[in-house]
Amino acid sequence: MYAALWRVLPGPWWVRLIILIVAVAALLTVLVFFVFPVVGDLIAPQEVTVTE
Amino acid sequence: MTDAVQTAGGAPDRGAPVRRRAPVAAPRRRHRVSIVGVLGELLITAGLLVLAFLGWQIWLGDIIVGGQLNTEAQQQAEEWGSDYSDIPPSEAGDPGLSDEPPVIAAPPNAERFANLIIPRFGPDYSRPIAEGVGTRDVLNKGNIGHYPSTQMPGELGNFALASHRSSGGGNFHDVHQLHVGDHIYVETVDGWYEYSFRNLEYVRPSGVGVLNPVPQADGVAPGERIITLTTCNPFFSTAERIVAYGVFESFYPREGGVPAEITTNVNGAG
Repeated sequence: MYAALWRVLPGPWWVRLIILIVAVAALLTVLVFFVFPVVGDLIAPQEVTVTE
Repeated sequence: MTDAVQTAGGAPDRGAPVRRRAPVAAPRRRHRVSIVGVLGELLITAGLLVLAFLGWQIWLGDIIVGGQLNTEAQQQAEEWGSDYSDIPPSEAGDPGLSDEPPVIAAPPNAERFANLIIPRFGPDYSRPIAEGVGTRDVLNKGNIGHYPSTQMPGELGNFALASHRSSGGGNFHDVHQLHVGDHIYVETVDGWYEYSFRNLEYVRPSGVGVLNPVPQADGVAPGERIITLTTCNPFFSTAERIVAYGVFESFYPREGGVPAEITTNVNGAG
């Protein structure tokens, strides 16, 4: 899968590497600012109050 | 070339005639995509995503959200301060007015009305306090929540707050690192209420006694102004609550300027 992706990318190896780094950075940005906050609220409910 | 390879590798077949292999059609490698290979790569990817999520959940998220909250609180402070332009920082050691601090009315649920400033938690630390302790409408939005059943800052009794220990800004992440005598400031439109940290207590999640006007005492008329911080303990667990108490020391009216100790917290470090 990733080998195929590597072959599909254009240019010499360092151009492909730069493209991949940018893509991973973009993915992480989306995850950190949009996906993780939503997921965090869903799967890690935290109780911080004292209640009866 | 083919011969050389075969003679080198074919030493045991002494008597057998050397057979020529059919020439290979193309020198290109064949790229085969196997289902197992793709599945394996997908699983590795999923593992990395989970690791990234954990890194965000326990470390990076609080740094990002915490920074945003500091900025929001400082903007709010700037708004409150705009009525009092050119505030000079008050002299260090200014005792303030401790007799009768002003008390503001409790706002509607989920509305921000104050900032919590604790120099021990960093030179930038200033986090918004909102009314109520609802998980979704108050706490998960990064606010410190004020228990509506408790008193307001400066009022005789108990000003009790709850917030996340980790995630959602991790406002109370370092609550266990408070030292006796550390100052805890509550900033409102009127100025700064200075509390002095006194002690920690660990209670069960049902330990509502910490919210009493005199914490852990039933039906006693309050003679002091207390601030109470509650959050979860241990980290990433809901088994217990850690509770920090502070006692009111003095009030700094806004027109008197920012107390010297918290200049960077109020104005931003930049």
